[in-house]
This record gives sequence, C-alpha cells and structure tokens, in this order.
Amino acid sequence: MRSLTSSQLVEQARIIGSSTAAAFADQVDSDARFPSESVAELKKHHLLSCYVPKELGGQGATLTELAFMCEELGKHCGATAMVFAMHQIQVACLVHHSLSDKFFSNYLAELTKNEHLIGSVTSEVGVGGDMRSSICAVEMNGGEFTLNKNSTTTSYGAQADDLLVTARTSSSAPSSDQSLVLLRKSQFTMEQVGNWNPMGMRGTGSAPFKLSGRGPISQIMASPFATISSQSMVPVSHLLWAATWVGNAAASMSRVKGFVKQQARSKPGTLPPTALRMAELAPSVQLLRTSYRHLLAEYEDIIQDESRHEELSTVGYAVRMNNLKLAGSQMIVDIANKALQICGVLGYKNDSKFAMGRILRDSHAAALMVGNDRILNTNANMLMILKGE
Amino acid sequence: MQDKIRKILKEHGRLAVDAATLTETSDLYQSGMTSHASVNVMLALEGEFDVEFPDNMLKRSVFESIASITSAINQLKN
Repeated sequence: MRSLTSSQLVEQARIIGSSTAAAFADQVDSDARFPSESVAELKKHHLLSCYVPKELGGQGATLTELAFMCEELGKHCGATAMVFAMHQIQVACLVHHSLSDKFFSNYLAELTKNEHLIGSVTSEVGVGGDMRSSICAVEMNGGEFTLNKNSTTTSYGAQADDLLVTARTSSSAPSSDQSLVLLRKSQFTMEQVGNWNPMGMRGTGSAPFKLSGRGPISQIMASPFATISSQSMVPVSHLLWAATWVGNAAASMSRVKGFVKQQARSKPGTLPPTALRMAELAPSVQLLRTSYRHLLAEYEDIIQDESRHEELSTVGYAVRMNNLKLAGSQMIVDIANKALQICGVLGYKNDSKFAMGRILRDSHAAALMVGNDRILNTNANMLMILKGE
Repeated sequence: MQDKIRKILKEHGRLAVDAATLTETSDLYQSGMTSHASVNVMLALEGEFDVEFPDNMLKRSVFESIASITSAINQLKN
C-alpha cells in the first residue's frame, strides 16, 4: 500500500473539507444547492486539474491521492466529495485514453489554467439506465459534429463548464457502438427540464437536462467508449465513489465516538453500553476502507503498465469492480444506520452536533446511483461464464 | 466451424446486421453485440464446441470477430 501521509494534495483536500465544505454542508443540503464555495476552493488550489500529468502543467496526482482526497471531502460534505469524484472520473478518462492526441493534450494543459469543471452526460431518456447504450448520435457535417441528447440525470449540469457526452458513433450505428465526445462551454446549450429535490446528495444538482451541442470532430475521443468505459470510467467511478463512502463512514464513526465519549464523561469510570456498539461498528468501517483500497492499489499497478490494460476488459475484472459497488453501497447504509442507533435521539435531531440525518440520507444514494439491481443483473450474467468467483 | 459460429451469433449475438453478411474480421461489437449478448454467445460457443474458455480469455478482444473466436476455439481444442 502506498503511503500518502505526506501528500500535500490530500492535505489540501483535508483543509478544504474541514473548513469550507464543513461550514456549508448543512446549507447545501437544506437548500439543495451546488456546493459552490467548496468547488471554488478546489479550483483556487488547482485541485480540479491535479490528475493532469506534470508534463502538461498538472500536478501528476495518483489515483490513490484522488481517492484519499475524496475521503477527506466526504468526511464533511457528501455532495462536495461526489462532485469532485465525478469530475475526476472525467479527467481520468481523458488522461488514460487521449494523452497522445493533440487536441486533448492541449485541452488538459488548458484545464490546469482554467480549472474547468467537467460534467458527464451518459444517462439518456429511453435507454432504461444502460450507460452502454445510446439513442443520441453524433451527426457529422464536414469537419463538424452536432448532437442532441435528453439526459435523465446530469450531475451539476447547471454548473459544469465542459461536458463529456456519450453518443452513437453515427446515426446508423447500433446503440452499443458509442463514442465519448467533449463539448466546451461555448459549444452547447443545456436546458434543465425537471426538478432536483431528492432525499440525499442534494448538492449534486443531478437534474434532467436537454442538451444540444456542436463542435469540431477532433473533440470525439478516438478510443471506443466500450474501452474507455471498461478500463477507466467504470473502475475509477467505483473506486472514487467508494472513497466518498469511506468519508461518509468516517463521519458516522466520528459522531459515534463523540457521542460515546460524552456519555463516558458523564459517568467517569464506567463504560457506557453504547461503547460496545461503537466497537462493533469500527470493523465495518475498516472493512469498507480496506476492501476498496486493495482494489485501488491493484488498479494503479495495472494502469501504469500498458501491457496489462487488457486485464481491465476481462469479465473477471468487471465482476470484481461491480462487487465493490454492490458491497460498499450496502455497507455504507448499514454503518450510517447503526451510527444513528448509537447516537439515539441526539443523532435523530437535525440541530444536534451528532446529527445523522444528512449522512444517512446521503448514504442511500450509493445503491441508487447506477442502481444495484442493474449491476446485479450484469454480474449474474457474467458469473454464468466466469470459472472463478 | 465458422458456419456454426455464425449460427450462434445469429441466435445469441443480438446483432444489428444479418450474421450471414459478416466478414471474418467484422467487428461484432460495432455490429451491435452488447456485453450482455456476448456472454450468451460465449455460453453457446462452450456448449457447441465442448470447450471451456478460461477466465483470462473472457475479454473483449477474444470475441470481437469471427476470426478471433475461431482462433480462440482452435487454441483450446489443441
């Protein structure tokens, strides 16, 4: 396991998390508004472009650093952590698959200066939640493309500077033959066509949008989306989402510890009954953390060795990454729920320092953002042919 | 062998084109085969040719064309 205790990037995320993100987390949640203060801080410290390689002006962060940054932000504001994670997933797709392309390497170099926030438009009305299927197609006209897409959810769609959009490679292509297309701020219009008033993750602004865009064909990534999806978008999503859940779990644990300590102080010399419940909860938090970090270290090893990239496109790898999403998204709800039980009425009250409401509501998003049943269906299918587990 | 592979692709590949029109090197994924459909193709191939694809062969590049499938089955048969 890589040691990151000295990472300045993680330290910066820790400071932004514990100061700005923490200060606005409840307001972001109650108003269901974008965590603009935290994202402004992330931009100010050039953290939106930190995964861009040093040769292009970025900070050459490792994926492990990104994950630890998600953990730090997730301890204080689930929405900030998730916006950061989703943006970095887009950056990782670009860094892993288009560095050798002139347009995209220039784009990434610019990102280190403009700190643009990149949104993802993979969902679409009419495809039943299947990211690997598109109705929208790029329509070529000379050196330009146009595309029109109705998304079911585009996180921070109203705040994104640039977008990465999935679309069929042409109007005659089958639904699974997709490209990933970059649209820059001046090249698209986004009309919000529905409300965003959810139970949790309220600051992510994941409303439905109607998108129209056009741009030069150089902005269509050369790698097929199938490859980008299996080698980067899906594994990086599951790893960074899990990192935000670990942040959420740490927040739960921190409230529990504060509460139990307060009880212990009121009766010095006796162990409060909640202390045992606290000790019972700690292994779950540890298990969630170690299970994702193990896969994270493995992914870092593979991604740095081009001869191993094909391993990421195997059925076995896809199953294991999906297992992380399935297990982690259930563990996090269980952890938050148990933390509420331990903190009792003080956890139930929204104005208490042990309030578990926002954390518990946020935790439920984990199983729903890409529905677990969809992933179970995929894994059930793949396990039929896989010989190992 | 290729006729049998074409028949399996026709039945399980959920292709957007007629399997009979595919060349040996046509990209099956670009022809509309989804990841989900490809698993059904793999299962049918194992049954038809009495082979078992080891886990390290269960990847996109092995099932991307009739030629690559043929080569994989031959490798397992020998």
